[in-house]
Amino acid sequence: MSEEHHLHDHEHGSVHAPPQPDDKVHSYYQILGIALKELLIEKGVVSADDVRRQIERRDSITPANGARVVAKAWTDPAFRKRLLDDANGAVSELGFEMTTAKLVAIENTAGEHNVVVCTLCSCYPRDLLGLPPSWYKSRAYRARVVREPRAVLAEFGTHVPEHVVVRVHDSTADMRFLVVPERPEGTQGLGEAELAALVTRDSMIGVARASAPNR
Amino acid sequence: MRGPHDVGGLQDGPVDTEAHPLTFWEKQIDGLRAAVGAIGLVNTHENRAAVEALGHDAYNTLAYYERWTAALCRLLIDKGALTQDEIDARVALVRQRLAASGELESGMESP
Repeated sequence: MSEEHHLHDHEHGSVHAPPQPDDKVHSYYQILGIALKELLIEKGVVSADDVRRQIERRDSITPANGARVVAKAWTDPAFRKRLLDDANGAVSELGFEMTTAKLVAIENTAGEHNVVVCTLCSCYPRDLLGLPPSWYKSRAYRARVVREPRAVLAEFGTHVPEHVVVRVHDSTADMRFLVVPERPEGTQGLGEAELAALVTRDSMIGVARASAPNR
Repeated sequence: MRGPHDVGGLQDGPVDTEAHPLTFWEKQIDGLRAAVGAIGLVNTHENRAAVEALGHDAYNTLAYYERWTAALCRLLIDKGALTQDEIDARVALVRQRLAASGELESGMESP
């Protein structure tokens, strides 16, 4: 192992839990979680069905929902304006309900690149995009993206030119952000569904741009 | 002094940009937390405050859903939904059961 690789591993070890096998129960807290679930079900506080339904609901919410919102904003100027003015109202037009939090849509432009973080925890528009990716919850991302956003974006392969302003938005439990990425060049003829396929999860967090269309 | 959760602006290493999918166990905890939220027993703010109150050692050692489990345990006891004694007894039972079925990592058989 090279010295550089060794250092990399070491840094990871200090900020993430060490890699652990999925197949066996390996921590006290896993046992505790199983115990809590069993006790709550036996006491009738929640049912096994309640828990299963919540897991299914989480699994059913994917970034494709947000991608539909972005594609509509790209093609419908009146919707785009409503989205930027009142995102909760605009996404509900497409059948997406934000159950608890205020949603704020922010638009990337030629002169401004926006990126979202929750420095204190992991607040994320779960009701629209599903659960956040693991790196969004990591200490490294939360600590550094507000300090050196361009360097962090570069780690995602996103290089923002110096003349473009970078704004970092720190989420709270009550306010969560959706980045509307720039519409890629060469997409004039595409319909909403084709456009939505270009809108990735990472582009709606702001660590990446929307994908280029296949030519 | 910063709380353990208050990391914005601190130094750290490179971001692991790979998105690791949730394990079965992590999904169970997420679902359990959502289910006790849906009935109004534990809300997001209580969960967050309980995670932040874990202290630096536990916060920095535990994985994300392990923190949630520790926080949920504390809140369920505080709210009188479960007692520490019944939780301890059940943890011992689950540990025995998993050891017997071979689902427990070796070395985890006793506390």
